[in-house]
Amino acid sequence: MRHSIRIAVGPVQFRIGSDWAEPISALGRLYAGYPQDDALPAEATVRLFAARPWRRWLRPSVHIGGDFIVPDALPLPLSMGLLAAEMGMNLQVALGWRRHMLLHASAVAKDGRAVILSGESGSGKSTLAALLGEGDWRLMGDEFTLIDPEGGDAFAFPRAVSLKNEAIAEVAARVDPVRLGPLLAGTPKGDIRHLIPRPEAIAAMHEPARAALLLFPRFGGEVAIERMGEGEAFVRLTEASTNYVALGEAGFAALTRLVRETPAYGISYPDSATGIALVEQLWAERPR
Amino acid sequence: MSAVRTFVDLLARRRDSAALAPLDWDGVIGVARSEAMLATLAHRLAHADLPPTVAALFADQRAAAAVAQRQALWEAEMARRALAPAGIEFVLLKGAAYAAADMSCAAGRQIGDLDILVLASDIRRAENLLLNAGWEWVKSDPYDDAYYREHMHELPPLIHKNRDRMIDVHHTILPRTHRITPDALALMSDAVTSGSGYAVLNPADMACHCAAHLLADGDLQGGLRNLWDFHTMTRDFAEADPGFWGRLDERAALHGLQDAVHRAARLSRDLYGVMLPSRWDRHDPSDRWFRRRLLARDDWGRVTDPLLEQAFYIRSHWLRMPPAMLAKHLWTKWRKR
Amino acid sequence: MTDRSYRAAPPGALRIELLGELTAIFDRRSMQTHLVVSPMPEILDAMGADQCDAATLASRLAATFDLDGETDAQPILVERLGELAAMGLVERA
Repeated sequence: MRHSIRIAVGPVQFRIGSDWAEPISALGRLYAGYPQDDALPAEATVRLFAARPWRRWLRPSVHIGGDFIVPDALPLPLSMGLLAAEMGMNLQVALGWRRHMLLHASAVAKDGRAVILSGESGSGKSTLAALLGEGDWRLMGDEFTLIDPEGGDAFAFPRAVSLKNEAIAEVAARVDPVRLGPLLAGTPKGDIRHLIPRPEAIAAMHEPARAALLLFPRFGGEVAIERMGEGEAFVRLTEASTNYVALGEAGFAALTRLVRETPAYGISYPDSATGIALVEQLWAERPR
Repeated sequence: MSAVRTFVDLLARRRDSAALAPLDWDGVIGVARSEAMLATLAHRLAHADLPPTVAALFADQRAAAAVAQRQALWEAEMARRALAPAGIEFVLLKGAAYAAADMSCAAGRQIGDLDILVLASDIRRAENLLLNAGWEWVKSDPYDDAYYREHMHELPPLIHKNRDRMIDVHHTILPRTHRITPDALALMSDAVTSGSGYAVLNPADMACHCAAHLLADGDLQGGLRNLWDFHTMTRDFAEADPGFWGRLDERAALHGLQDAVHRAARLSRDLYGVMLPSRWDRHDPSDRWFRRRLLARDDWGRVTDPLLEQAFYIRSHWLRMPPAMLAKHLWTKWRKR
Repeated sequence: MTDRSYRAAPPGALRIELLGELTAIFDRRSMQTHLVVSPMPEILDAMGADQCDAATLASRLAATFDLDGETDAQPILVERLGELAAMGLVERA
């Protein structure tokens, strides 16, 4: 492919190829602080391609592909090429990664322990993680958290954080503008802007952390904390994992151990400040 | 050297993995994935000299393939539970058969749907038993449905409502409208029992089916993998039975598949380096197009020769049905796109 | 509904873990995870190595569960056995 870039995020070595220069340069700026090693073989491949040669120039339209392709997926306009690249990176890992159990969750770490926030888009997990990461927590990731099936530790996958709509202003108010990517307005998911994790978080991206809390956040509701039983946490996490089934007994053992060893709570909150306070409270009260 | 040729050379052990530069692996892994053969390569190179990340990736792939194989064989077990009480016998085909018979091509092989062969006279009863046991029709339009029943060699696909896995029930190994008509009764009556208790085709029939699937059935998509299956099974069968190639010739003649089987053998020789007995060791100029089609992958795993791909797509349909039907079918397919 | 006989999975096939209110069962033969509640785990436990029908199960379970009369439990157990068979955890004998 005409344009390409190699980026390592956590344990995953990506190669991203594109029919256009723009998404690759945008990725280059966003991921300037990440290892871009030419000597490591790529484990995940993303391709941003034009469906027909002339669509490179005529109403340029970016299809997302690579090791895995979603058939009939709608392409994005070139102006959102960076979003396409990010979605492509998510897709390849979600469908292809087998070394760790993948949870659709954000995570932050402190003192070698991790708080895992599991939820769908809109649950607020990305925003909470980003804000905690600007405090005295290490951001491990906003989209995926990796669990080592053998040892049980959580590993980071610290991609650029995808901030949506109101969260953009909230986070932008707290960080140096140089840490934000371009504004992608009017995407299928609303307005998006990427936050580059702090250099310390990127530098520490290979460090494991032992899960201390499993939280299931729900944004927009009265303040509530509800202890969740092992059974329910197990079910919710199987739904939140893209590769649980593919891991066989190793996945079963890993998830069983995780829910037995880690207290789980559903939390709901009307705004970020309250959400953060709930996290800090549960952290302070955690069993040692 | 192109990634696809390196990939084929690694499988055939003509190339030493230690000689690859780190970036060479990008292309090899990309091609392997696009051919659904990454775990196969991982098995082939299990003890080779590899960069640490490639070794780790291969270990992941071998483990994941083992899980997937168990899941695929479970479908065979559940089909057995549904059909055996009614006395319906079935023969496993393709990937599930290779796994059930513990064949070398099963190592790391991705198995898709469960393919089984039943007697034509049993197909209605089999359909009902499977529907009762929780399988249901995959949603399709009435045209596809009618096409399947009238002309193909199988029921329309069934998918299990809980496990979400498909089963394809065949009563012959090539479509009824195909120019070649293998002897389905012979396939079933001469089936053998594998170590795990399931019926599979006998070795010569299995190689015939593999060649048929590779060449007479399809547009060569997934060709490298099907050819690898053919190559390893004929190699292993011939090692166990010195008369195998002769048996294969006889069976291929019975099924009208001699052209396909001989071509598959020549392509195995050309790509994977097998030694063929003299009667088989020919050279046919038209093999060139098949070799090109098989090797038409670039370093990013894309098909490089779309016109050739299109030609093979049309060829595969041409083989399956009379020209008038072909025109109608392609028109309808194109309109739906 | 006819009362059929079923056979449980052979030893070692199932990995059973209690998770609070739920029982998680991993079937090593199918690689499937099943999440069940009472009386499923008790039924599997009571089946033992031989084949078993609902009537036999009812009498075995009468000790653990407060069953009014064994005949009341039978139709329920017939249904539960059918469900376990659909999951692949037991097999028609």
